[in-house]
Amino acid sequence: MAEFNAMDTAAFKGVWVFCEQREGQMQTISYQLLSEGRKLANDLGVELCGVVMGSELNEDYIKALGGYGADRVYYIDSPLLKDYTTDGYAKALCDLVMDKKPEIVLIGATNLGRDLGPRCAARLHTGLTADCTHLDVDVEKYKDFLRTTSNIDVDNTKFEENTNLKMTRPAFGGHLMATIICPRFRPQMSTVRPGVMQTQPYDEAGAAKVVIEKITPELTADDIHVEILDIKKSAKKLVDLIGADVVVSVGRGISSDVEEGIALAEELAGVLGGVVGASRAVTDEGWLSADHQVGQTGKTVHPRIYVALGISGAIQHVAGMQDSETIIAINKNESAPIFDVASYGIVGDLYKVVPELIKEIRAAKSAQ
Amino acid sequence: MKAIVCVKQVPDTQGKVAVKPDGTMDRAAMATITNPDDLNAVEAALQLKDETGCEVVVVTMGPPPAEGMLRELIARGADRGVLVSGREFGGSDTFATSQILAAAVNKIGVGPEDIVFCGRQAIDGDTAQVGPQIAEKLHLPQVTYVTDIKKDGNNVIVKRQLEDGYMELKVQTPCLLTCIKELNTPRYMSVSGIFECFDKPIDVFDYNALKDDPLIETDTIGLKGSPTNVYKSFAPPVKGAGMMVESAAQLVGMLNDKHLI
Repeated sequence: MAEFNAMDTAAFKGVWVFCEQREGQMQTISYQLLSEGRKLANDLGVELCGVVMGSELNEDYIKALGGYGADRVYYIDSPLLKDYTTDGYAKALCDLVMDKKPEIVLIGATNLGRDLGPRCAARLHTGLTADCTHLDVDVEKYKDFLRTTSNIDVDNTKFEENTNLKMTRPAFGGHLMATIICPRFRPQMSTVRPGVMQTQPYDEAGAAKVVIEKITPELTADDIHVEILDIKKSAKKLVDLIGADVVVSVGRGISSDVEEGIALAEELAGVLGGVVGASRAVTDEGWLSADHQVGQTGKTVHPRIYVALGISGAIQHVAGMQDSETIIAINKNESAPIFDVASYGIVGDLYKVVPELIKEIRAAKSAQ
Repeated sequence: MKAIVCVKQVPDTQGKVAVKPDGTMDRAAMATITNPDDLNAVEAALQLKDETGCEVVVVTMGPPPAEGMLRELIARGADRGVLVSGREFGGSDTFATSQILAAAVNKIGVGPEDIVFCGRQAIDGDTAQVGPQIAEKLHLPQVTYVTDIKKDGNNVIVKRQLEDGYMELKVQTPCLLTCIKELNTPRYMSVSGIFECFDKPIDVFDYNALKDDPLIETDTIGLKGSPTNVYKSFAPPVKGAGMMVESAAQLVGMLNDKHLI
């Protein structure tokens, strides 16, 4: 490790996005991160590079990364990188980072990205910030962000004028927000959950001019200490929260009758044409499976209508749903923080309010 | 053969959260629990002990009261504990923490058949970074999000959870596995365990015990040395609350007027 100097920060230039593929299919998180990375690269006046690893990947998929903002794509091609292994991917990525020295590396906080990111950060001797919900390099833009999202008196607060990456995430169990910096080491690394950043429109011109550099890694089978025996898809269909038009989520408020609470949420979701989500308390208790979880450690959703049933509204949950177009909250506790983000709130017992709501919606729909 | 389990005592964030005037969490005023995923890691080690008779060592970094948590884990069936504790370690980020824990695990000693277990992530930070970072420092292969473990000679066959399924992997020992709640159901303390837990050893590793380990760089630990620092922390603004409505009928009327339904 000693041969790689992560402290000479001036030697590092450019923004990188790790573009994750599975079974040859580019994951949509890659486009979200490229769209975000493009903004950072513009603010810094540097190149945005995508890094793809795999074997015999479809060149069209790689070109498409240019359409989402990449100036350059490093395509690390090896049969040993066909499927994800920690050892193979970490070595290929770290070797390239040590050679090219980017100042920022963004990785999707998928189950694979959360395995790769920390392994690489430890090897590269640098910091890593998990599950970021907002990124800035420009101080003025960061101040604007704080003006609308924080209680900080921005104009009477001192900010250092530099282009360090300011990585904001919910902290302390989701009860506060924290902006993290990594001032002494490079690259500055962060992971971002799928759905947090918005994908910008595809640009044909970008795809046409992207520079693709194919790289053959120095990787042998002996470098990989884990053997993949099988990759299986779950037979159960997972709930598509991110693509849903309407999400009806349940929280700890259903604890007095879990079955009935979930049944009501399903019925309400049914009449609204949506799907059922959950707060972390619900998935932690095993009342609904983990794919239902909305929040910082679950999924970030931006549906047209978000209904929160019996959810108190901890920051870590709110981080995952606050950008929904219309938020409806039903909670017994009138001081629940969820009412601070809701467009409409009803203080009441969800077991009484939801059946009425279902009845009224049905009546309104049949009258339309 | 040993199973070494890294555990963390965390504030019970499901309970009432105490906040200090400066906006940071008042940990001293909050109840503490063993981090939930770490209990699954301890259970995995105890099942390995049931099967092979291996020794189970629980390691934690934290203030001296964390010893109580180690005693509880010994009462569940662990053989001994290591408390990594020192003022110099306070305020460490995940990079710094992993250096310190890796040095502690190194001092305990990782043999050719040993397995290091961690929980996937702690509920106070939710980073899931310390496990893989320890693995990297110790040059151990890692598997994260583990939902099933079978020992097979010098290999372990594990299932690793994906968003839409799982991978089945074969990994050589020694290795590091991070565990999730789908892996098992943690056992309770046994009556005999509670009686015996105060007779089992707990070693304390302080700064002086670890500072000469080659895995530790004394200038990248603690609050000052950590690569990442908190730049600003803040609460969301008090937004103008939305409209409170009295009844379901009134709400549906408004949604209908706005063509939302």
